[in-house]
Amino acid sequence: VPTESVSTSRDIERYAALFASRTKVMKSSAMRDLMAVTARPEVISLAGGLPDTSTFPPDTFAAVAQRIARESCAKALQYGPTEGLDETKACIAEVMAAEGMSVDHEDLIVTTGGQQVIDLVTKALIDPGDVVIAEGPTYPGAVPVFSSYQADVVQVDMDADGMRVDLLEETLDRLERDGRRPKFIYTVPSFQNPAGVTMSQARRRRLVEVAHERELLVLEDNPYGLLRYEGDAPTPLLSLDGGVYVMYLGTFSKILSPGIRLGWVVAPPPVLEKINLGKQAADLCTSTLSQLMVQAYFEESRWRDYVESLTEVYRARRDTMLDALAEHFPAQAEWTRPAGGLFIWATLPDFIDTTDLLARALRDNVAFVPGEAAFLDGRGRNAMRLNFSGSDEDAIREGIRRIGEVVTEQVELYGTLTGERPAVRMEEAAPADDNVLHLPERAERERRAKGS
Amino acid sequence: VSRVAVLKGGRSLERQVSLRSGARSEDALARLGHEVVSIDVDADLIQRLRDAAPDVAFIAMHGRDGEDGTVQELLEILDIPYTGSRVVACIRATDKVLAKHLMVEAGIPTPEFFAFSETAFRELGAADALPAIEERLNFPIVVKPSSGGSALGIKFARSAADVPAALVAAFSYDSRVLLERYVDGRDLAVSILDGEPLPVVEAVPRDEEFYDFEARYEIGRTDFICPADLPADITARAHDLALRTYRLLGCEAFARVDLMLDRDGELTVLEANLIPGLTETSLLPQAAEAAGISFDELVGRIVELATARAAAY
Repeated sequence: VPTESVSTSRDIERYAALFASRTKVMKSSAMRDLMAVTARPEVISLAGGLPDTSTFPPDTFAAVAQRIARESCAKALQYGPTEGLDETKACIAEVMAAEGMSVDHEDLIVTTGGQQVIDLVTKALIDPGDVVIAEGPTYPGAVPVFSSYQADVVQVDMDADGMRVDLLEETLDRLERDGRRPKFIYTVPSFQNPAGVTMSQARRRRLVEVAHERELLVLEDNPYGLLRYEGDAPTPLLSLDGGVYVMYLGTFSKILSPGIRLGWVVAPPPVLEKINLGKQAADLCTSTLSQLMVQAYFEESRWRDYVESLTEVYRARRDTMLDALAEHFPAQAEWTRPAGGLFIWATLPDFIDTTDLLARALRDNVAFVPGEAAFLDGRGRNAMRLNFSGSDEDAIREGIRRIGEVVTEQVELYGTLTGERPAVRMEEAAPADDNVLHLPERAERERRAKGS
Repeated sequence: VSRVAVLKGGRSLERQVSLRSGARSEDALARLGHEVVSIDVDADLIQRLRDAAPDVAFIAMHGRDGEDGTVQELLEILDIPYTGSRVVACIRATDKVLAKHLMVEAGIPTPEFFAFSETAFRELGAADALPAIEERLNFPIVVKPSSGGSALGIKFARSAADVPAALVAAFSYDSRVLLERYVDGRDLAVSILDGEPLPVVEAVPRDEEFYDFEARYEIGRTDFICPADLPADITARAHDLALRTYRLLGCEAFARVDLMLDRDGELTVLEANLIPGLTETSLLPQAAEAAGISFDELVGRIVELATARAAAY
């Protein structure tokens, strides 16, 4: 290899003229630069979205691997069909049945993680400038997908009952008046990432009606449905709709392992056909090895017991985080009380910018995701996403204590600056109002200074 | 050929940019025939420097630790020659409050400002002085942390109601902040290499109203014009002010001085950066290029200057 070409290959200018215009909107941000520091080992990170894979029994893993070696070695090492293996689809049907859904094998495609479903659906439906409706806040990982297909994302506010479907209808009316027709509505109705809220039954019904009335597709992203810590199981949109306008995204990431990268999509046949073509182009097929591992695992062990054990671990961690928030966050802060999933969404007084707060928190070796990551329009600047599944209870307590301390410090400072002296301790304050999810007002995009 | 340790990364909030500056400099050093030791700065820095025993340390760190004299002090103790300015200049330039006071004293125009520590507000009731300051500076007012080479934490207050939140944000980065008069005009940078000013660069944001942290390091969000399209007398004055600032702070080898040109044709100096970025979109390499100095030559000169300084002692 010529030295010259190797050592200059880092110069972006060399390639800048060759990049597609869609890469320009996949911008990095100040926040991403801050997040780079959160990966350091001394930092308690409540920023991730990681399940705790240390709870998976290594013996089971070994048994699964041995079973594949013994029974299906050649098959595991071979390409598979684009739509996925029937053995895996049988496991998927079992998981969906656990949430009250029935599915035919031909109506689903096994994908490389749930993330690929978002990508393939967007690829199949969106031309540059087309509208995608999402929740506000939305799953931060969906943002770069929508951006890379140059979608125009319109976010609809939520409260403690999930997406405000009344506001959705207003938004759809407004878009129609402007002569724009959205292609699909992206929602995480149960234990939402990042807000931690769950769409009410009434809204689920209305959302499905709206989809039918307006002939709009809905992408129901349901990674956490089985990680439920209290309350009744919500009815999936797919069950309410019968698979006419609802596309369904499922994943093994949160109930088994994100490392095996296995998800799936259920969609109406014509849409599924386009998704299939997109998947052929993307990666031909999902890892056969991973698919057979799921099959072997389902035969080897009781998967529902493992989900049950995860649920117990996460429920305790959620409770620890809720207790710590009540103890350490000032009275002006509010947060959601998730009935499942992995995240709590906390909203601070509007004079606190959580991206700046993260810089301060990192000095105390603790991290969270600033709310602006979940919006495409500059909102969310006084909110944060907190993950409770990836850290043990001691780390959660200590992490929340540290964040609470810097928040309290800023609330006090603001009080000093404005001449108000707010009561900052939380002792006698009421617990967070779980009927209302206070989301930030649409703020004029923060102008930033020239500095250098 | 010498052994050059490139210090980059670290825990600064500008870590990502520093890694890019470092990687690009390493490539150049390798092409120049140097033996490169790459060090992502961490708690074992001293040990790694002792093990590597470099002839020169090339500091490609931005912001905290790299630009504020900390690493320079350590390299002095270890007796390892290093690139760029020495400790005292780093301290003067990183502390924007100090740098601006020095400029005022030396008659170098800089936007009017007031600086506060957090304790001034917490313990001395400084908030009561805010209305007088706001009246004096007029809105919008720029609020920024005293240290930090990036635009992180810099806010515009458009009215009195914005000031407290802007201060809270700035205090996230530093225990001292300054409120500064906003200069509406053109955004200029003069890089200096070995006491010689390079062509002026003008940064023209493409779609953002202000040149922000994100735009700065990304291709396609800001247009850089070099040499800037300026009347000869303005260019000469920008060069003169930058050079005076460079000397005032005691800079050595290289630096970048940021200025504003207001609508009346007046120039003011905002700050000096003693370890400006060396990425593809950074201004110092662009200015050098406009002066006919390639990136490799630039890096080579920076190393030579460090070696020469060490030899002179």
